[in-house]
Amino acid sequence: MKHLLSTHDLSVDEIVGILDVADHMAEINTRALPKVPALRGKTIASVFFEDSTRTRLSFETAAKRLSADVMTFMASSSSLNKGESLRDTIETLSAMGIDALVIRHKSSGVPQTITQWTDAAVINAGDGWHQHPTQGLLDAYTVTREFGTKDSLQGRSIAIVGDIKHSRVARSNIDIFRRLGAHVVVVAPPALLPSNVESWGVEVRSTIDDVVGDVDVLYMLRMQLERMDSAIVPSLPEYCATYSLTPERAAQMGKGSLLMHPGPINRGVELIVDPADVPGSCILAQVKNGVSVRMAILFSLLGSGATSVLQQGAES
Amino acid sequence: MSIAAVPGTEILGADDVSRAITRISHEIVERNSDLSQIVIVGMQTGGVWIAQRLRDAVNKISNVNIPLGAVDISMYRDDFSLRPVVLSAPTDIPVDLTGRTVVLVDDVLFTGRTVRAALEALNDHGRPRAVQLAVMVDRGHRELPIRPDYVGKNIPTHMSDEVSVGPDGVIVAAVVQ
Repeated sequence: MKHLLSTHDLSVDEIVGILDVADHMAEINTRALPKVPALRGKTIASVFFEDSTRTRLSFETAAKRLSADVMTFMASSSSLNKGESLRDTIETLSAMGIDALVIRHKSSGVPQTITQWTDAAVINAGDGWHQHPTQGLLDAYTVTREFGTKDSLQGRSIAIVGDIKHSRVARSNIDIFRRLGAHVVVVAPPALLPSNVESWGVEVRSTIDDVVGDVDVLYMLRMQLERMDSAIVPSLPEYCATYSLTPERAAQMGKGSLLMHPGPINRGVELIVDPADVPGSCILAQVKNGVSVRMAILFSLLGSGATSVLQQGAES
Repeated sequence: MSIAAVPGTEILGADDVSRAITRISHEIVERNSDLSQIVIVGMQTGGVWIAQRLRDAVNKISNVNIPLGAVDISMYRDDFSLRPVVLSAPTDIPVDLTGRTVVLVDDVLFTGRTVRAALEALNDHGRPRAVQLAVMVDRGHRELPIRPDYVGKNIPTHMSDEVSVGPDGVIVAAVVQ
């Protein structure tokens, strides 16, 4: 594995492998001194062309806990404003000597494109509507560890509610959840479903009330309010009446079922209930696990020395 | 380069391994007057079962309850770029090691690099008063200034030999290149 661009590039074994490595990282994160020398001397650039709080800080925390050095590129204060092209920007960063490049961009496919311009490992931290593979992995880690089923979601049902069409989180999560064995239900108004949803292998329901009492996991997507202008959804109150998690609906959630959200939350839109009042809420566990899973991804890409294998006895 | 292992020679049998564990447990009791400060820590994965049996044996002799831990050193290796890391089970250190005497346990002592990594890993769980090293087999070929405090058996080997240690015995196999 040289890059992490899409969940589709990962085999089930590779997914399970990353989640297992994340258990090691989670143990490190519980220590009084949560830092190991594993990636000493490696340099990781975080290159965000779109706003982010948790993904960028989560990656930077992960890199630092593995003793890597971190460079942060902020599109808003960069030479992009002087007209520098994406290619020149990536080539310039690479020339400084970096081992991995964590990139977020509003256009689908940008992470794939820049692999031509750098020798560094490229990690997709979200590209357009396309993919957000590290979110999919950290969510799979959260669900499997919450349920104690380690490598499998066999027999579990997961409902993803909200703007499926414009969501890279939905695309990554549906792929991973399904391949780990879960039954996935998507809940959205027709205008917020992709036109080819039949080919995704998911069940489609049209109101949250159809699923709230039945599923093991209720995964609420962020309503992308910036899209409300384009009149895809008739009105926000109308949307909320059918798709928001209200205190009344939260009370119907099954015992032991989980509430998840990738953040940032629009309080009063997709979540009208305070998640702190929902017993199964693991929204902060997702954030915490995100650091462990991103450590596992960085370690898997940079740590295990794919260059050459010493052909000698493996003992100490 | 092709590698073929010829059938190995059994150097120790299951009884020999049990006797070595019993002897080392007595040596641990003899050397450490305050057993309440001891922690026995096995190195993942080969040292874990030996650590467990040593702990049980020491508990039986001395009537104390010694904490048992396991340390995974994969994040502390000095050869990431040379060979892939195979992760075992995560580290599990049940107590703060500050002020304690740690008996670090592994199956085979060879170059000493794994022990170096383990010493660094232990330090992230506190500052032990002392660390003692127990191994079932010392096969020589040290590359670092590290020596064991307790040894099951010294076995002279070639650099390329393969040594395998289990509850059923110790086998040395010559590797023909």
